[in-house]
Amino acid sequence: MQEYFLLFISAIFVNNIVLAQYLGNCPFIGTSKNTGVAVGMGSAVVFVMVMATGLTWLVQDKLLVPLGLGYLQTLAFILVIAALVQFVEMFLKKMIPPLYKSLGIFLPLITTNCAVMGVALIVQREEFGLFKSMMFAMASGLGFMLALVLLAGIRERLAVRRLPVAMRGTPIGLIMAGLMSLAFFAFKGMI
Amino acid sequence: MIITSGLTLFGIGFGAAAILGVASKLLYVKEDPRIAQVEDLLPGANCGGCGYPGCSGCAAAIVAGTTSASTCIVADGDAISAIAAIMGQEVLDREPELAIRDCTGGTRADTAFHYEGVLDCRAAHQLYGGNKECPEGCLGLGSCVRACPFNAIEMGPNHLPIINPELCKACGNCVEACPRGVIHVAGMSARLLHLNQTTDCLAPCRQRCPAQINIPKYIEQIKAGDYDGAVMTIKERNPLLVTCGRVCPRPCETECRRQHVDSPVGINMLKRFVADRELHSGSRLSVPCAKETGKRVAVIGGGPAGLSCAYFLRRLGHSPTIFDAMPALGGQTRYGIPEYRLPKADLDWEIEGILSLGIEAKLNTRFGRDFTLESLKNEGYDAVFIGIGAWQASGMYAEGEDLDGVMGGIEFLTAHALGQKPATGNKVIVVGGGNTAIDAARTCVRLGAEVTLMYRRTRNEMPADVEEIDGAEDEGVQFKFLAAPARVIGDANGKATHLEYYEMELGEPDDSGRRRPVKKEGSEQRMEASLIIPAIGQKPDLTCLYENGDPENCPLETTRWKTIVADPNTFQTAIPGVFTAGDVFTGPDLVVSAIGDGRKAARSIHYHMTQGSVPVSETTQKTMIPYTLFDEVDLVKQKERGVMPHLCHGNEQTCTFHEVEGPLNEAQALAEADRCLRCGLLCYDKDMGPDTKTAEPTKRTR
Repeated sequence: MQEYFLLFISAIFVNNIVLAQYLGNCPFIGTSKNTGVAVGMGSAVVFVMVMATGLTWLVQDKLLVPLGLGYLQTLAFILVIAALVQFVEMFLKKMIPPLYKSLGIFLPLITTNCAVMGVALIVQREEFGLFKSMMFAMASGLGFMLALVLLAGIRERLAVRRLPVAMRGTPIGLIMAGLMSLAFFAFKGMI
Repeated sequence: MIITSGLTLFGIGFGAAAILGVASKLLYVKEDPRIAQVEDLLPGANCGGCGYPGCSGCAAAIVAGTTSASTCIVADGDAISAIAAIMGQEVLDREPELAIRDCTGGTRADTAFHYEGVLDCRAAHQLYGGNKECPEGCLGLGSCVRACPFNAIEMGPNHLPIINPELCKACGNCVEACPRGVIHVAGMSARLLHLNQTTDCLAPCRQRCPAQINIPKYIEQIKAGDYDGAVMTIKERNPLLVTCGRVCPRPCETECRRQHVDSPVGINMLKRFVADRELHSGSRLSVPCAKETGKRVAVIGGGPAGLSCAYFLRRLGHSPTIFDAMPALGGQTRYGIPEYRLPKADLDWEIEGILSLGIEAKLNTRFGRDFTLESLKNEGYDAVFIGIGAWQASGMYAEGEDLDGVMGGIEFLTAHALGQKPATGNKVIVVGGGNTAIDAARTCVRLGAEVTLMYRRTRNEMPADVEEIDGAEDEGVQFKFLAAPARVIGDANGKATHLEYYEMELGEPDDSGRRRPVKKEGSEQRMEASLIIPAIGQKPDLTCLYENGDPENCPLETTRWKTIVADPNTFQTAIPGVFTAGDVFTGPDLVVSAIGDGRKAARSIHYHMTQGSVPVSETTQKTMIPYTLFDEVDLVKQKERGVMPHLCHGNEQTCTFHEVEGPLNEAQALAEADRCLRCGLLCYDKDMGPDTKTAEPTKRTR
């Protein structure tokens, strides 16, 4: 139990997927201008990350490894994740329209989110089991969401402050992300 | 190995494609092609003014039928017609809306905190609520200007946003951007339904006005020469401006900050100036009304409360019918106020304007005799308003007051207004100190009688207007202060001949703050009288509500003052759909109070008929906002207050019922408007000329 707890805390704070692993920077900067949007995007990432990690784990463990095709991991995962996101989009649109409407515009964005791919590859590298992989994926998604919402809060306040023209928008967003990243290093001492 | 790899990847890809292919068949969601067609017709501004997150959301909502074809606030008429054609709908007329800036202060509100570097109102607001002392006023940093997607707002020279009505699409982005609520978007109906809120920019005069007229705005319009605009501003709150311009006792002026410099602005003189301008212009300004709703309301009583209620109901699109027991509308403004104060022809003109909006009036129709609440319900009225006023004179509680030759003040004035020529004789005693007593006394003077006005306190405690008391004195009314009636003495024929009265002295103050008169024992004296008019007070006559004349059988709850009980916020009585206001609810009060409450009742009736319940805001302004009241008004030069001209003098004044006072002329009105300090909640215009000492406003740095 302690192992899972530590894994959870570690994935969210210490090894945060975006602030410590530097994955998923595009959507991190692109969707962190508004807190409401950040919560929507974060939720969508958690959802897809857990599903994608579970599916790719099965592909790796049940297909590629038995056939000795481990080196095809990246190509196979890209295919699986892209198809999964498309499938999830169709499924939600048909079966759960309210959830689709709330996630709708973020789902296509997640296809190109390397954090999803990154988590799928990390769980293989760390040789986690299926359940542990999905736990890790969920914690990583929550870590992404936390970082995204925090940055959105900061950027909302920055939007109404006086800044040099050249620093407005993405540049100050990147600087803030860097400062947040440094701040998150403080969590290294936790575990 | 290569073959295995290729086959594996192909297999995964093929499997994914096959699953997606099957899923696309199974999970196919048919999308209405009209959504794309509608979206193509929308302007693509994504301004959010429709209430949906963007144009695609709006298009989907229109096609889903959850909103109408005219939802987009930016789309032009052609686009809306085209959308309606796609949807097979009729184009619904939408009431035009506009962004309105409420604050008048700009940079005049003193600075509370001084800090550099903040260029956005929202940021400033996060720091201790902003740098201005006024908690509701404009911060002037232009967040609304930047938020407007249509470039309809610019920052004026005094750091107040100026809205261009030609460009404004009422999208509401400026409203969202303003952290103080200085800007709001409203159409005509919303403006008519709005009650003063403590978050509004309310100058003291505007807070005090029972009708909630936007006084600073109409004075500003007069100052700018926009007299028609001033009339329309007043008519948003008061349809009886010709009447009020003559008879209003001007509670607003008691709160005018200018009185701390010299004397209050002649607010009512200015109202009368623009009202008379329209009256004598030969034409009426067009008053817009909302689209017909088909809702019918019975308005019982055609006095100021009833007329006001009917007027605002009509403007909100409903169809009121006024029922009145008298031969002409106007209530106490017609039958209780003499001709020399309010000419009947002017009142007729004003009432005619109200009725011309499409209001039906049934005269000589008495409630309780010709119709009842039940019969109105059977006739299909959606709501009922009871505004029957207070027509019963209070007695003197003196022996012999039922003798011939004793006539209540309101009864006397009504009889005179009806042309019944009540006999006054040579010596008239009027008992009372209010406006009704003065009106009765001055009327008797004009009828040739020698009049004595008896009041149990002193002149200082008289509740009547000072101008009216002075006018009565000028016309020869004798005053007998500190005297109270003891009994009426009659002759053998039962005709009153004398009034016996006590002398009084003032004791401790009573609940009203006035010193209580105390009888001097053994001080009885007699005064000869051909007519005695007790004008001590009035109360509503509720017998029309009693079934079989029995007060126990009254469908509505009443008070011991004979007023109807209703919710003070909504004016709804214990019977749902039955509302009340005016003197029958408050007891005898001002004309302008009845007009204001008539509008509030109309608002409640509107919500009751359209939504089923009446919204009551916790921020509704009911009493004066304490921090807006201050006694020191610095840096303002003294200016003489205008004086209304007298239209008749000497014998002409005391022998005829011609109007006594006339309106200001244009130059006088402009000079009077120029005395207005354009107050906000805390700010006002200072005279920053070279002759004025200029002290720096106090600044605290934080």
